[in-house]
Amino acid sequence: MKTTEEKALIFEMSQPGRVAYSLPESDVPEGDFLPPELMRETPAELPEVSELDLMRHYTELSRRNHGVDNGFYPLGSCTMKYNPKVHEDVARFPGFAKIHPYQAEETVQGALELLYELQRDLAEITGMDAVTLQSAAGAQGEWTGLMMIRAYHESRGESKRDKVIVPDSAHGTNPASATVAGFKTITIPSNEKGLVDVEELKKVLGDDTAALMLTNPNTLGLFEEEINVIADLVHEAGGLLYYDGANANAILGIARPGDMGFDVVHLNLHKTFTTPHGGGGPGAGPVGVKKELLPFLPKPMVAKAEDGSYYFDYDLPQSIGRIKGYYGNFGILVRAYAYIRTMGPEGLRQVSENAVMNANYMMRRLEPYYDLPFKQHCKHEFVLSGKRQKKLGVRTLDIAKRLLDFGFHPPTIYFPLIVEECLMIEPTETESKETLDRFIDTMIQIAKEAEETPELVQEAPHHTVVNRLDEVTAARKPVLRWYKQD
Amino acid sequence: MKFRYLPQTEQDRKQMLDTIGVESVDELFAEIPESVRFKGKMNLPAPMSELTLVKHMNRMAGRNTSMDQAVSFLGAGVYEHHIPSVVGHVVSRSEFYTAYTPYQPEISQGELQAIFEFQTMICELTGMDVANSSMYDGHTALSEAASMAAATSRKRKIVISQTVHPEARQILLTSAKGLGLQVVEVPHQDGVTDLAALSAEADEETAAVIVQSPNFFGNIEDLAQVERIAHAHKGLFIVSANPLSLGLLKPPGQYGADIVVGDAQPLGIAPSFGGPHCGYFATTKALMRRIPGRIVGQTVDENGKRGFVLTLQAREQHIRRDKATSNICSNQALLALAASVYMSALGKQGMQDVARLNLQKAHYAKERLSQVEGIEIAFSQPFFNEFVVKLPHPVSEVNRKLLEQGIIGGYDLGRDYPELANHMLIAVTEVRTKEEIDMLANGLEGLL
Repeated sequence: MKTTEEKALIFEMSQPGRVAYSLPESDVPEGDFLPPELMRETPAELPEVSELDLMRHYTELSRRNHGVDNGFYPLGSCTMKYNPKVHEDVARFPGFAKIHPYQAEETVQGALELLYELQRDLAEITGMDAVTLQSAAGAQGEWTGLMMIRAYHESRGESKRDKVIVPDSAHGTNPASATVAGFKTITIPSNEKGLVDVEELKKVLGDDTAALMLTNPNTLGLFEEEINVIADLVHEAGGLLYYDGANANAILGIARPGDMGFDVVHLNLHKTFTTPHGGGGPGAGPVGVKKELLPFLPKPMVAKAEDGSYYFDYDLPQSIGRIKGYYGNFGILVRAYAYIRTMGPEGLRQVSENAVMNANYMMRRLEPYYDLPFKQHCKHEFVLSGKRQKKLGVRTLDIAKRLLDFGFHPPTIYFPLIVEECLMIEPTETESKETLDRFIDTMIQIAKEAEETPELVQEAPHHTVVNRLDEVTAARKPVLRWYKQD
Repeated sequence: MKFRYLPQTEQDRKQMLDTIGVESVDELFAEIPESVRFKGKMNLPAPMSELTLVKHMNRMAGRNTSMDQAVSFLGAGVYEHHIPSVVGHVVSRSEFYTAYTPYQPEISQGELQAIFEFQTMICELTGMDVANSSMYDGHTALSEAASMAAATSRKRKIVISQTVHPEARQILLTSAKGLGLQVVEVPHQDGVTDLAALSAEADEETAAVIVQSPNFFGNIEDLAQVERIAHAHKGLFIVSANPLSLGLLKPPGQYGADIVVGDAQPLGIAPSFGGPHCGYFATTKALMRRIPGRIVGQTVDENGKRGFVLTLQAREQHIRRDKATSNICSNQALLALAASVYMSALGKQGMQDVARLNLQKAHYAKERLSQVEGIEIAFSQPFFNEFVVKLPHPVSEVNRKLLEQGIIGGYDLGRDYPELANHMLIAVTEVRTKEEIDMLANGLEGLL
């Protein structure tokens, strides 16, 4: 995919008068329907290209992009697994893609049935009592869950509970979501095993505790062994337990958040349930709750009437309200539903077993070459530290860039923040042993290069369409759009 | 049972467990306390083959009446437009749809450049300086705009017109509880914002004034007047706009808008029962560092070659955590790509032409329906591709009968505006022919 040419912007390809569209001739009278002062004076400066120009442009852009279908993508906490092709087909059926959210309910019974079934399936998978499908992404799911927690405390006359506790290994969205839901965040340190430090937790729990947000397994890929103790402590303090489902790929059919004592759960369907990441979205972040939080679910929920028909239930007087337009990212929900139907209960369990096996295999093979901060079995992902290589002048960023030369997407780097020179690796279950071995062998080779030819790593990448980019200038003197030159 | 997404053979498994140093996969889960382990099998239907799945999904899809099977006049924020074939072909390229957020710019130049182009196109249409890479949808983008206005001005009052989409207002109310904002709604008068009431509400405490144009009733608001009212007390002026209308209409940026938001669904994105769509968010240079979400910027590599990166990341949750400008992480990137392809395909001339077709067809429909006895045209405002009619019967009743004739009627405004019972919001886009519009008129004639 090495191309040395700079790629033109589509605007730079424009030739006045060239078109890539066709519209029918108007079959109704023309006229000046609007006063001239409401009209644009100059047209928007949009491209003028032919249809072939357009296709070549976007095809060339696609060749400058790495997706799961191009190669291994072990981006920790993002669960970059294979995106089944049949899901793309079924989501495009006119009966799903070409229906309007305000059609009469009797004309969308199939869509409602799908949503109803998915609500139920996800409740079963997470061990919760009900699930809303409306949230468009994980972060929106977190906010939705926290808004319900807020409403729950308020309903009990406990508005003073305004603190959300997160471990220092938490995703950045956790504290950010807490802020937009009106809470203050308290961060607690992890213990030497990389887990929640129960003593530190005890210190901050109190009558102002709204919730503890946990990812389990956490972002180090480690299961919180003391989850029972943690859940009891939080509940005894009057707080609720929130499950960040970013890492749910490790526990399907093995341990359910609902059984661990969590009161609210969000899932990332674009991680665990194979819906494509789309270059940054769309995702979907359904939220499950235990029965004490049912009254606060966002509007509307999908319900089933006694006659077997499905309908939107807006009769939720204590609801936190509406959180997203219409009913969520329906097209994404269709794909996740298709996945659950394909795998069934035994398949989903195998997904997690294999995801965990793949991660442990990589971890043990790489252990001799990189620093492994936490020695216990990992779950679906693990972290390495590049501090051994750092002493040789090779930073984790360099290792990541060197991986690009071999056609791999690098792991997540410098996260979680608590591990020095962190590399967070999540292989997922859809990768074969051969792929894992190829990546491992490359990582071993890079470790050797760090010792023998460090400049080779420091100057990487060598085979990409651009070299390392000047991000500092990009932020200091932002150029965020193209302007037509006169 | 073997699954096609799970490549591990028995042989692989044995070798891998050997390397790990365990006898069985179960040992890898040993630290999970017994009491929280799930025993037995989840209560889910058995696995389906691909063939069975496709049949099953076809059956479910078949229980929905798609827009291919009926003539639809439903809009109210989600529109049926022609989607050029190229849009589907581009977004089906798996280099795009199987990638994630372009964290590694050297192997994500395609996505980054596509977003940079999207940002430019949104700026061109709205008349603004800066746009981000997308939001969940137009409605949540509006709440983010209110949040940004409050953070920038350090004021807490948001004044919003009731002619803004009801769902956008509901979401704003939900968000306002978390953000500690006070939301005041201003009533409508003859189908547009009551400017006297707006003027009375917008005061020193006001962080922002929010209107939608074309508004929920399809009418074009007097943005010049609203701008004066919003800026009189140094509040921000926020406009929500259907981007397709901006092919013809004067862009909000030219009226002095501080933030322009909306949904790019009309630009090549399928209705899909309400999502995934694509919120857009544009603002001025002055407010650039307050913007929520991802932004792509142009830069150069070590050899001076142009390239693109995610930039201004010091605003974002993965850096600023609880101090971030928003909690948004994943957005709607693939739909932003779809909208870019649409705007590239329609281009400079096509965006004007498609907007003009919408305008003409909707005005023909209004003319035609105004001749039907029993129908009143509700408002006398300039409008784009939607207008409101008053019927002598409840809208749901009329719609049920229209459906028998293969017509999906307009939106029942009585659902959100009790004072507008029996009022139907009718959308007419370029996909409707004169014949189909006449069919609606004749259908209604027979019913009323």
